[in-house]
Amino acid sequence: MREDTRTILFAAVICVSCSLLLSGTAAGLKKMQDANKAFDVKRNIVKAFGISIGEMTRPVIEDTFEAHIAKDTAGDLPIYTWTDEGADSPSKYAFPVSGKGLWSTLYGYLALNADLETIAGISFYKHGETPGLGAEIEKDWFLSQFTGKRLYADGVPTDFKVSKPGYAEGDSAVDGISGATLTGNGVEDLVRKDAALYATYFNNIKGN
Amino acid sequence: MTSAAKKLLMDPFSDNNPITIQVLGICSALAVTVKVDTAIVMTLALTAVVTLSNFVISLLRNVIPSGIRMIVEMAVIATLVIIADQLLQAFLFDISKQLSVFVGLIITNCIVMGRAEAFALQNPPKDSLIDGLGNGLGYGIVLIAVASIREVLGFGSWLGFKLFPESYMGNGLALLAPGAFIILGLLIWAQRTVTKYVED
Repeated sequence: MREDTRTILFAAVICVSCSLLLSGTAAGLKKMQDANKAFDVKRNIVKAFGISIGEMTRPVIEDTFEAHIAKDTAGDLPIYTWTDEGADSPSKYAFPVSGKGLWSTLYGYLALNADLETIAGISFYKHGETPGLGAEIEKDWFLSQFTGKRLYADGVPTDFKVSKPGYAEGDSAVDGISGATLTGNGVEDLVRKDAALYATYFNNIKGN
Repeated sequence: MTSAAKKLLMDPFSDNNPITIQVLGICSALAVTVKVDTAIVMTLALTAVVTLSNFVISLLRNVIPSGIRMIVEMAVIATLVIIADQLLQAFLFDISKQLSVFVGLIITNCIVMGRAEAFALQNPPKDSLIDGLGNGLGYGIVLIAVASIREVLGFGSWLGFKLFPESYMGNGLALLAPGAFIILGLLIWAQRTVTKYVED
């Protein structure tokens, strides 16, 4: 019996000290982690607008975001606008995209050019796909294919396609990733789904 | 440093390397070795965890009730790993994104639990600390070797510095898991040829 009491006591001491240590660390670092995550989102919006951020430092990206990008709402959906230097009204629009990949939900941003029909850029900032396969969706070679592709034809969402690698045809298709067909299908679905969601909003802007 | 301590520290580098001799920790050795910088950070994280877990478990070795020995070891290791993960998210966010789940998976890395069970439970804290340090770095040296080969072949760069001209076409196989398997296999072969280690 004495032995049992000692075991339970020991387990309790270990549990309490581990949890104190962990909650202390988590609480102490939360502010920095949140700042990092917020910056990561900003950086990906900047990237979605077709800006090459490869060489840009954190303050430069923050400044670019402050100077050009504003958050707005499309009904109850969020939208980000890009205003060129000296211009009065926004020229490009970005909206969040998300959907199921193979293992995880993919989160990203998709930006439209001033014509409100073709893609300015796309980026993904959060996913849990396989490194080297599905995770290639965040690589430049994959993302840069979207630039200039047609998302809407006369205001109607196109049948955007992520095809088999090497088989992308037409101006609404990109090459998928070899070995990551299901992640590619997920990207196709989420682009189509969110394009449909925002179609009315963009048609209204064009109407004005 | 005494010769015994030196042996504790140096053995895992070659004669008793956790990866090439004991073949532990292969999962992360394949997963985080696409680039040298992630391999270095993973090395530091694992070394910190295995060193500290060895030390703490060695301190507790005479008071841990035998019935819950492994659970206590797991709790200590898990706590250290979560702290390491939190620190990475706060200070090295990009790298923590690249390492993604693999920092958390240090908890299940056989090297950490293996050293706790095989060494820290029988030896004093100072020796356990050195043993943990040696094993962490011994793991890291293989990780960095694999990552160096993969990054040079796959991207034509080392630690981000371009080695080959822009026209170099990266070798895609080196970047995928099968490529890592082949490279790791060749390394194990080479290392065992040198140390004359034979599986019983």
